[in-house]
Amino acid sequence: MVTKHSFDGRSRVAKGGRIAMSKSNVSYETVIGGGKHWSLIVQAGVLLRLTDREGGANVGMLFYNPKNLLERYNAPDTLKCQHSFKLTRGHCLYSDMGRIFCSIVEDTNGWHDTTCGNITQRLIAERWGVKTYQAHRNDWTQNGHDAFLVEGGKYGLGRRDLAANINWFSKVAVADDGSLEFDASNAKPGAHVDLRFEMETLVLLHTCPHPLNVASEYPRKPVQIRLSAAPPVQSDDFCMNSRPENLRGFANTDLYRGCGCHTSGGESQ
Amino acid sequence: MKRYSDLLPGEAVFRRIVPAGDYWIDTLRRGQRLRIVDVEGNQAADTLFFNAADVADRYSAVDTIRAQGNVYLSCGSKLLSTAGNVLAEIVADTVGRHDTLGGACASESNTVRYDLEKRTMHACRDSFVLALAQHDGYGLGKRDLSHNINFFMNVPVTPEGGLTFADGLSGPGEYVEMRAATDVIVLISNCPQLNNPCNAYNPTPLEVLIWDADVP
Repeated sequence: MVTKHSFDGRSRVAKGGRIAMSKSNVSYETVIGGGKHWSLIVQAGVLLRLTDREGGANVGMLFYNPKNLLERYNAPDTLKCQHSFKLTRGHCLYSDMGRIFCSIVEDTNGWHDTTCGNITQRLIAERWGVKTYQAHRNDWTQNGHDAFLVEGGKYGLGRRDLAANINWFSKVAVADDGSLEFDASNAKPGAHVDLRFEMETLVLLHTCPHPLNVASEYPRKPVQIRLSAAPPVQSDDFCMNSRPENLRGFANTDLYRGCGCHTSGGESQ
Repeated sequence: MKRYSDLLPGEAVFRRIVPAGDYWIDTLRRGQRLRIVDVEGNQAADTLFFNAADVADRYSAVDTIRAQGNVYLSCGSKLLSTAGNVLAEIVADTVGRHDTLGGACASESNTVRYDLEKRTMHACRDSFVLALAQHDGYGLGKRDLSHNINFFMNVPVTPEGGLTFADGLSGPGEYVEMRAATDVIVLISNCPQLNNPCNAYNPTPLEVLIWDADVP
């Protein structure tokens, strides 16, 4: 499935303090089958595209700062500073330190969940029955919770480090009384979401089913992943300007990277 | 759902006022009941629970709301751990709705939400970190600070996917009470946030009370 293999990680600091990639644009492409997991460290300035090839995919994802693993994706901070329950284009994904791991620069899906967590071995057993490795080899029914433990463990992370993750392509709405409603029709074939990384980020991901998916069989949906160089962030960037909070988030991230100007309040950038 | 408790404050085995902006940490034994009182009204109590027998197994907001199929906590809500164990259950609640989506305020998130120059304002996360440093016998640290409950806070979600911080539903003397399903460490930050209406711009005291197990 690997179609291109010429990723050039070299980068330079562009005028204005943003990182721009060198011109050899792509990159790397791969397909992660349904019910699998992977992890990678992504540099600032990289664009990561997730594509739901068949429809109905779910991608669980967590972010950590590889230089300080205590800094991690914080869903409550991300939601409350953007006054949103869902994630979509224009939103920035924040660490607990007020910095932006990545921005959602494109999204054909419109609604991604970040409050329902992972499916577990127990839920899989109750819903579909467990397929073991012994009987089914790599078609076993892996679960998102254990998938994060495996990928996180490779970097020294464990149970204490788990946090509320993103579930890309999965829509869970909330009714007036607070009840959760999983919308199985949300994830369309070919839907994609583009993440532009604003700082170096450890990405843990899995393609296990959403915990509220009650499909008749364990859904095993492949996801294409493409890495390329993102265009430099311009001053009129949609994500950065979508809310005054995001201007400040970008200022915090620039300050951390040591290449931005740091002024006060909403006028900073 | 609102439900009053029949426990009498005079029979509590422990009573403590938690001043605005302070923290409280202690261990609750299985079967004990913990009541948190919003003494003057409109005060957020940022609360975390840890399984005392296995502190890596701690309160999980996402597992709790997914299992009950609802984002709001109230009477009957079982507070689940990351491993799916029930840590405590809310058994009385005079308010009717509590938040577990909004997390704790932090100096760093304040810079994003309000102003970069507000980074030195007191915040719940600082209280949590200090509590764990001053009580390091628990073996807990920043990595254990996951997404908490905000008792007495009202954070409505709209059907369109919006999130709002509304005026609190709580008032003077309102309370929430839970029964420990196992031995749990409880960590509360009495929220010092001054930038939004979660504390009515005037943080005030909380009171915690504990009663011994009502069943052997």
